Amino acid sequence: MSTEQQVAVRLVVNGAEYAVEVPVRRLLSDALRHDLGLTGTHVGCEHGVCGACTVLLDGTPVRSCLLLAASVDGQALTTVEGLARPGGEPHPVQRAFKECHGLQCGFCTPGFLTTVAAYLEEHPDPSEEEARDAVAGNLCRCTGYQNIVASVLRAAQITREPGRGGRA
Amino acid sequence: MKPSPFAYHRPGTVDEALAVLAEVGGDGKVLAGGQSLLPILSMRLAAPAHLVDVNRLAELAYVRAGPGGVRVGALARHAAVERDEGAARVQPLLRQALRLVAHPTIRNRGTTVGSLAHADPSGEMTAVLAVLGGHVTLASAAGRRRVGAADFFLGPLESAVGPGELAVEAFFPAAAAGAGTAFLEVARRHGDYAVCGVAAVVEPADAAGDGSAGAVRARLGYVSTGPTPSVRELPGAAPVGPGADAASWADAAAQATAGLDPEGDIHATAAYRRHLARVLTARALAAAWSASAAGPGRRDAA
Repeated sequence: MSTEQQVAVRLVVNGAEYAVEVPVRRLLSDALRHDLGLTGTHVGCEHGVCGACTVLLDGTPVRSCLLLAASVDGQALTTVEGLARPGGEPHPVQRAFKECHGLQCGFCTPGFLTTVAAYLEEHPDPSEEEARDAVAGNLCRCTGYQNIVASVLRAAQITREPGRGGRA
Repeated sequence: MKPSPFAYHRPGTVDEALAVLAEVGGDGKVLAGGQSLLPILSMRLAAPAHLVDVNRLAELAYVRAGPGGVRVGALARHAAVERDEGAARVQPLLRQALRLVAHPTIRNRGTTVGSLAHADPSGEMTAVLAVLGGHVTLASAAGRRRVGAADFFLGPLESAVGPGELAVEAFFPAAAAGAGTAFLEVARRHGDYAVCGVAAVVEPADAAGDGSAGAVRARLGYVSTGPTPSVRELPGAAPVGPGADAASWADAAAQATAGLDPEGDIHATAAYRRHLARVLTARALAAAWSASAAGPGRRDAA
């Protein structure tokens, strides 16, 4: 449909401002990857089940494949690219996933990292059961989840270490 | 998997939204949280000509708890309702059920009123509205009307929201003094669709005007057991043994679930669903009884 309706969308992603014009049916996941070139956000199932595309909308985890880019016009997003500190130092959750082998192929990892980073902001000291529950909405076909749960607990530990507080 | 093309409307006020909905009529679909609608669009199970995005209607992003009950505006996300302390105090069943609605990430965006309008019989909040006898307020350019839960759910994915209408608010009545509530379900994984679920509300016999010892009046609402959320009433159920034990409610559960006629699917046979309904009902009655003034140690609180 060549006359497809377009919409101007302004987004602040990882602190940088973007202004794009996209078809109104553009999913946020596709806008991030195709229009903004931020391919860290991965697209798995495209119907809200796998969690790979999870990003933070004004700090809160949401599925970017279940949002229209037009719906979040003017809002702030954090993607996996925005987790590391400005100097490039990995976020505690990224460090923990590396240390604990919380990933193999890495396809699902961006969704886990954003979900867990937001979770730990509100729950700095989860039990193993709580850690398991925190990632229940994200699918991983490689790890069997054991190392991911260990990564969540390790990330909480790193965040609690003196002088290594989590990101605000 | 991308939605097919549609005309997009993003009204800034409720009046603007109603004007657009009146104009597009049956060709329009309201987008609120979109956690059920977007998959349907992406899989092209639906292709509305017009999408009316109500996410700018901040005036509808409210949760108001009062003595009579909890009013939830169309743009209140599940997470906001779940976290609202006033709502949890006035009607504990809300938080008990919301914890089981999909995953936290979905609840951050999905709206409670939207899930009612979606009318999925496996949606927890449909059973909550039904068991509590709540209602939904529908607005259109012509005015407003209130539809009680019994008339709101017409069939699977079919609610009373008509062309040109916007579900603006849901009302969940307050728990009666001394009442106890529980919501239990069985799902393959926490957050998945329930294979079967039950909401239980019990009121002590005194409140029900029934004199028998330990007896309660119970209302039960079921998810994933039929085309719409079914409600069963037990006017005078009494535990056979300690009220906190599910086994004591086996007879009551058998009575409540006798008329349920769930269907089988790839997740569960009809017989397994009937079994789950019976077992979950007994457990939910025990839990609700324990939380009520009929249960242990709660008489003072009542």
